[in-house]
Amino acid sequence: MAEIVLDKVTKRYPDGALAVSDMDIEIADGEFVILVGPSGCGKSTALNMIAGLEDISSGELRIDGQRANEKAPKDRDIAMVFQSYALYPHMSVRENMAFPLRLAKVDDATVKQKVEEAAEILDLTQHLDRRPSNLSGGQRQRVAMGRAIVRSPKAFLMDEPLSNLDAKLRGQMRTSVSKLQKQLGTTTVYVTHDQTEAMTLGDRVVVLRGGIVQQIGSPQFLYDHPANLFVAGFIGSPSMNFVPATLEEGVLKSPLGTITLTDRVRRLAEAADAPREVVAGIRPEHFEDAALVEETHRASGATFTAPVDVLESMGAEKYAYFTVEEELATTAELQELAADAGATDVPGGGSTIVTRLSASSEAREGQQLQVWFDADRIQLFDPSSGRNLTYSG
Amino acid sequence: MSQTVTEAPATTEPRGGKAALSEGKKAERRLGLLLCAPAAIVMLAVTGYPIAYSIWLSLQRYDLRFPAERQFVGLDNYVAVLSNSYWWTAFGTTMFLTVVSVAIELVLGMALALIMHRTLVGRGLVRTVTLVPYGIVTVVAAFSWFYAWTPETGYLANALAGDGAPLTEQWPSLWIIILAEVWKTTPFMALLLMAGLALVPDDLLKAASMDGANAWQRFTKVMVPVMKPAILVALLFRTLDAFRIFDNIFVLTKGANDTSSVSMQTYNNLIKGLNLGIGSTMSVLIFITVALIAFVFIKVFGTAAPGSDQGGKR
Amino acid sequence: MAVTTGRKARWALIDVVVVVYALFPVLWIASLSFKTKETLADGNFIPREWTLQNYADIFATNEFIRPLINSLGIATIATLIAVVLGMMAAYAIARLDFPGKKALIGVSLLIAMFPQISLVTPLFNIESALGLFDTWPGLILPYITFALPLAIYTLSAFFREIPWELEKAAKMDGATPGQAFWRVIAPLAAPGVFTTAILVFIFCWNDFVFAISLTSTEASRTVPAALSFFTGTSQFEDPTGTISAAAVVITVPIVLFVLFFQRRIVAGLTSGAVKG
Repeated sequence: MAEIVLDKVTKRYPDGALAVSDMDIEIADGEFVILVGPSGCGKSTALNMIAGLEDISSGELRIDGQRANEKAPKDRDIAMVFQSYALYPHMSVRENMAFPLRLAKVDDATVKQKVEEAAEILDLTQHLDRRPSNLSGGQRQRVAMGRAIVRSPKAFLMDEPLSNLDAKLRGQMRTSVSKLQKQLGTTTVYVTHDQTEAMTLGDRVVVLRGGIVQQIGSPQFLYDHPANLFVAGFIGSPSMNFVPATLEEGVLKSPLGTITLTDRVRRLAEAADAPREVVAGIRPEHFEDAALVEETHRASGATFTAPVDVLESMGAEKYAYFTVEEELATTAELQELAADAGATDVPGGGSTIVTRLSASSEAREGQQLQVWFDADRIQLFDPSSGRNLTYSG
Repeated sequence: MSQTVTEAPATTEPRGGKAALSEGKKAERRLGLLLCAPAAIVMLAVTGYPIAYSIWLSLQRYDLRFPAERQFVGLDNYVAVLSNSYWWTAFGTTMFLTVVSVAIELVLGMALALIMHRTLVGRGLVRTVTLVPYGIVTVVAAFSWFYAWTPETGYLANALAGDGAPLTEQWPSLWIIILAEVWKTTPFMALLLMAGLALVPDDLLKAASMDGANAWQRFTKVMVPVMKPAILVALLFRTLDAFRIFDNIFVLTKGANDTSSVSMQTYNNLIKGLNLGIGSTMSVLIFITVALIAFVFIKVFGTAAPGSDQGGKR
Repeated sequence: MAVTTGRKARWALIDVVVVVYALFPVLWIASLSFKTKETLADGNFIPREWTLQNYADIFATNEFIRPLINSLGIATIATLIAVVLGMMAAYAIARLDFPGKKALIGVSLLIAMFPQISLVTPLFNIESALGLFDTWPGLILPYITFALPLAIYTLSAFFREIPWELEKAAKMDGATPGQAFWRVIAPLAAPGVFTTAILVFIFCWNDFVFAISLTSTEASRTVPAALSFFTGTSQFEDPTGTISAAAVVITVPIVLFVLFFQRRIVAGLTSGAVKG
């Protein structure tokens, strides 16, 4: 068990590229921390620096209070689970799991006992003598976990360990990883680009962009109080809708109509010295079919009417897509998010607003629908810096 | 639980200049150099020094039969070789053999590659059998052809050449040399091309046939362009190899009747003539020619030099 | 889609053409080696009278046995050394970061394409001066040199196919770089090493230029060189039969290699040439 501290850790490649810049993270003993961000944000580099597989250009890495920058990976007593699992193909499951113990010159009886314990936990007992090539994806993943847990290391590092599994299995494994970590209470750093994993697994989430930490906090906190446009757009699925708007004396003019801000939002915006031009963000779940909103509640929000482009009925809820005439807000952050999602240019022009409606909504594709949204949940962002003007952490 | 917000700094100055390499990195560099050293030393000792030495020798009059007359003569040897009709005949012969045999090998090799790649029956057998010419000692194969084309002994000479002795005439000899060369090296060409074929995705060919391409169009418009890098590498390998042709000529004609290659000429000057100066000059000239061929392939055709890709590094 | 018998038959026919093409000269020289002196010049493809006399002849004289021993010894030693050195260098090239890597790749590429005959003149002179001319080391050294680029390319292609993460995983599991190599990489590389050894052996076994230029007696002359000297020696009045027999003898090991390790040889030959 260990606490891991990254103190202004920076990774600069010989060609000058900055992969990680001044990263400050304090990971408490037993904590489960997620590093999340789009590809190329430096999350894997950060993990490799903790592992000792990449050099730290500047700053300090402390494990249990001791400087670890120069330690070889084998001397750090940290186990790692790789995206590709990295199982040794020429060894059986048993040998794979025993490998770290054998290297540590643990006696045979203990090796046997520990491997069998780990196999028991991971439900691998009947597969111990098979080769990795004869295992399914989920089983391989569990062997990789098993190899990490047998030697009870100070910490686990996991590099997108579930990304090679199919969606259903990923959901199951997510739960078991979470259980396992709680059961063992071992400090864990987990890298992913999947915001669902980030939201569901970690005690705390570190959002990275371009090698720079954007925000650190509990999943719920990041969802409720994103520090900037990037975090707001990255956390939450489907992601937050952004529209350009002008703010004048507490009244917001946007493609979704003119909205009077609630006092809370207005005070925050004033305190943040909000400019006239802003980006307004509303999460899909803060919309509702106006017909289903009680009269008393309606006053706390605003409505707009537009034809439904596409309606997706998920059973428990419905997603209605609308097109807004004007261009949606675009900033560097949003473009990066869009590029990461692979949706750089959606044909058809205009811009799409995603709303989540109750399953009982009678919205139909192609028909006009009046949609209500909660004005108190609107978040305003500075279009130039991306800063959240309504941040209240 | 602490909640922190970090203002995103636009740029960060690097701290403290160059960071010292960690133990792991230093060990890696040391290990890398240590592991490569023996191979590098052997290669340099057996080629680097002799190359320099051979350039030095080429500037001297140095005949082992008359060692006393050894002296520095500048470029005289080059003048002597380059104004000698034997050299140019050998050079022309070598070029002819190289171009013709590589061209035939490309066509046959492509056919063979397609057969090995696509055949429905006996794929293992075809691939195994194809390797036989590659594996066989060139001299052995050359003797087989030699006897086949020797009058009376040989079935081919008896069947095809009538009363003549093809290996005593220039043109028939050259064609037999090409036959021997093509037979021996086509499998190698085919294997390199087959590796290229394996890189052509099946879906691409299916898509092309859906788009209405017939077999020949699929071959020329889809396969060949996708395989182009593999084809160029195969051509580069084989051209350079064909230019050094020696074994086949040595056995088949001994270089008689103007069938000598530049390598044969060099060998004759050195081992038979014991003329180190002229032999070295020829060595240097061959080296320059080969370098030119490689240059043309790599710079003009854009052949990727094998091994130059760093793809698998990290 | 069911494969029709007609298509199968067509492919079978094409296969037969390929097989005949590939084996024709081999069968011809084998046929010669089994012919008696009397029928040697009859020009028949299949011997009319079979005899093993030619084989008995070559194994009765040092003129063949000695070169055979030379060939085996020199090729084996050169292969061992080239594969070990090549393995070290290829591992470094495929896996490690160190200065001078590009230069090493460049140099070995240069050597791979180098006309051997260009080296014969200086090597002849240098080896004469050093007393290496007409000795085993005199041939082993150039063989290693020219086999090294082949070995390095083939092996580094094999090494690259081993997932890099395995080595990282081994390090995370507590292995030193040495342990990571011997316990994880080496077992996985064994098939590649074996393949490379076959290719290098074939190269050394096949060489003629060095064998004929850097040797002068039976002390180190290898079979390919010796074969060309069978002609005109007094021992054999008509060397055709004996040359054929000797040729068959040195062809057998290669054919066996090819039969047993076809798949590996194909993989080895194509690995370095095309980017996967």
